Amino acid sequence: MQPKTLVDKIWARHAVSVLEDSDTLLYVDRCLLHEGFWWNIIDALKARNLVIRRPGNIIACADHFVPTTDRSSGHAGIADARRRELILRLENEGRDLGVQVIGMMDPRQGILHVVAPETGITQPGMVIVGSDSHTSTHGALGAIAFGIGTTEAMHVLATQTLWQALPRTMRITVDGRLSSNVTAKDLILTIIARLGISGGAGRFVEYAGPAIAALSIEERLTVCNMSIEMGARAGLVAPDETTFSYLAGRPNAPSGANWERALAYWKTLRSDEGVRFDQEVSIDGSSVGPMATWGTSLDQTIAIDQPIPDPAIEPDTSRRHAHERALSYMGLRPGDRLYDIPIDYVFIGSCTNGRLDDLREAAEVARGRHAVVPAFVSPGSRSVKRAAEAEGLDRVFVDAGFEWRDSGCSMCAGANGDSLQPGQRCAATSNRNFPGRQGPGSRTHIMSPASAAASAIAGHIASAHRLKITA
Amino acid sequence: MTPFHLLDAVAVPLDEANVDTDQLAPGRFLTQPVFAELLLHDRRFERDGTPRGDFVLNDLAYVGAQIIVSRRNFGVGSSREFAVLALPAAGFCCVIAASFGDIFYNNCLQNGVLPVALEEQAIDTLLRALRAYPGLHVCVDLPSQTVKASSCGPYPFSINAVRKRCFLEGLDDIALTGRYSGQVAAFELDYYRAFPWLN
Repeated sequence: MQPKTLVDKIWARHAVSVLEDSDTLLYVDRCLLHEGFWWNIIDALKARNLVIRRPGNIIACADHFVPTTDRSSGHAGIADARRRELILRLENEGRDLGVQVIGMMDPRQGILHVVAPETGITQPGMVIVGSDSHTSTHGALGAIAFGIGTTEAMHVLATQTLWQALPRTMRITVDGRLSSNVTAKDLILTIIARLGISGGAGRFVEYAGPAIAALSIEERLTVCNMSIEMGARAGLVAPDETTFSYLAGRPNAPSGANWERALAYWKTLRSDEGVRFDQEVSIDGSSVGPMATWGTSLDQTIAIDQPIPDPAIEPDTSRRHAHERALSYMGLRPGDRLYDIPIDYVFIGSCTNGRLDDLREAAEVARGRHAVVPAFVSPGSRSVKRAAEAEGLDRVFVDAGFEWRDSGCSMCAGANGDSLQPGQRCAATSNRNFPGRQGPGSRTHIMSPASAAASAIAGHIASAHRLKITA
Repeated sequence: MTPFHLLDAVAVPLDEANVDTDQLAPGRFLTQPVFAELLLHDRRFERDGTPRGDFVLNDLAYVGAQIIVSRRNFGVGSSREFAVLALPAAGFCCVIAASFGDIFYNNCLQNGVLPVALEEQAIDTLLRALRAYPGLHVCVDLPSQTVKASSCGPYPFSINAVRKRCFLEGLDDIALTGRYSGQVAAFELDYYRAFPWLN
């Protein structure tokens, strides 16, 4: 039998029909929606007199517009009337339509890409789509997962299917081991810096190799989350014992006889020996160090102790111009060391780095020290928040001068109003450093939770390791 | 969707790479319906709302443009369909670029905005011509899959055959999928028998 990739196997199991030019009508297991686009999707559905085919397969969660302060005041605590209205639309219409609603006050509430894995909604072998580009996150559990627009989401609601071109595959093998002072965030930033922001263009990327196998599910979620930032459609990791033990006992995971059946199936979900990918890349895990972005796209990333490269050495004109524009927007000069750049603000959270392990990593750096710039922590979900509080991480952060907030997308995209002032420079654990992303004129440096916490303590961009040297 | 065959219109040169979705449709505007000023809002307007004279989309030489010509990774970033919808709201129905963000590209196809990817060299030539002769028309011919402007081109481009048919006929995916409803029902029967825990 012809060897197959993991992606091919999942794809083939979900192909309802294959057309000329290899377009596939792909069956979708779960569709993840948030209040940011819920209203557009439902309006489009209603305008066409369509109904939701399988409401139970649709998950609607409030995350983009929810406030990260004063959650106990409930909906009345949302300052902006339009945001309140759109959250209520998702909650009320969602219930009326019979979809799985995780509203703002639900104890499970959080960022979709944190909530679905931790509640066991995300499972190996699934096809998961979402009205958010970071839906790629869910591939960490061995699913095909990717973001779609509102028109495609409407199509999924109405038909439980989606037209997709046959996937092009890529394998990124990470050999060796990550050093102890290096995180999954540093790894994915290294990969993007190496491949560029279109290096994975449209591909389904399987992460493999010993350094990936050694990662926890939370770390794999961070890696898969940012697959989209190198242009990939999806990123995934073959399910293994780490995956199975993560899923066991989660509320939406199969149980009893179904667990055994599921497990037997999940164990077949791996790329066959000798299979060919459309593209293969390998990375030496031991060469990865603490990284941060200096510019306005994710390939403008260097090791924290390195100087910002000079655009003059860039042979490609269009890249040189992008480089110069980024320096000017960020208010930086070539040769500046990232480590010396003073910051105004620190944001720890997001679907990239808002999980319990991320908060532990940041708390470890913050413990017994004190932030010299405003900094806040937004746990990725209310259950992450409860778990962190149960082990006292909230006290660690508060004692170190960090604000301890509620869960949501928050300052990653600023859709809820958490944003920077023009010109402010932020060390952020989120996923995009685009101009204006965190508010008009905002300047974002993307890094790991440990480095963001270290930056808050130092008042300039820092890594936990460098902080120890200079302390 | 309105059928799309041939477009002969003024094109505006947006000579930069990585025009991302956050710039195309800034996040803070996503709570309201799409409006004409949404497209590249923070690039086009000062904070007090006055147009920035130095931004090419505000240059009167390109008034009435329906095509944007830009460089690599146009529409890179988020899944927000606003980044596409902002284009027709501002009068554009075609983007010619060296490459596109993946989700943005798909969203264009869903909304009758034709995304045309050309070789970098063709983009260079077009951008030069559009700057040298502001108001120059670019002709995008979907049936023959070519782009031409005065003496530049024709440059061939590729598009998925199903998508091309949908554009030419003004068909959308819902109409297409309707023809497969029997197959979807049969698929589900088999699928949930094999994976009862997913039902």
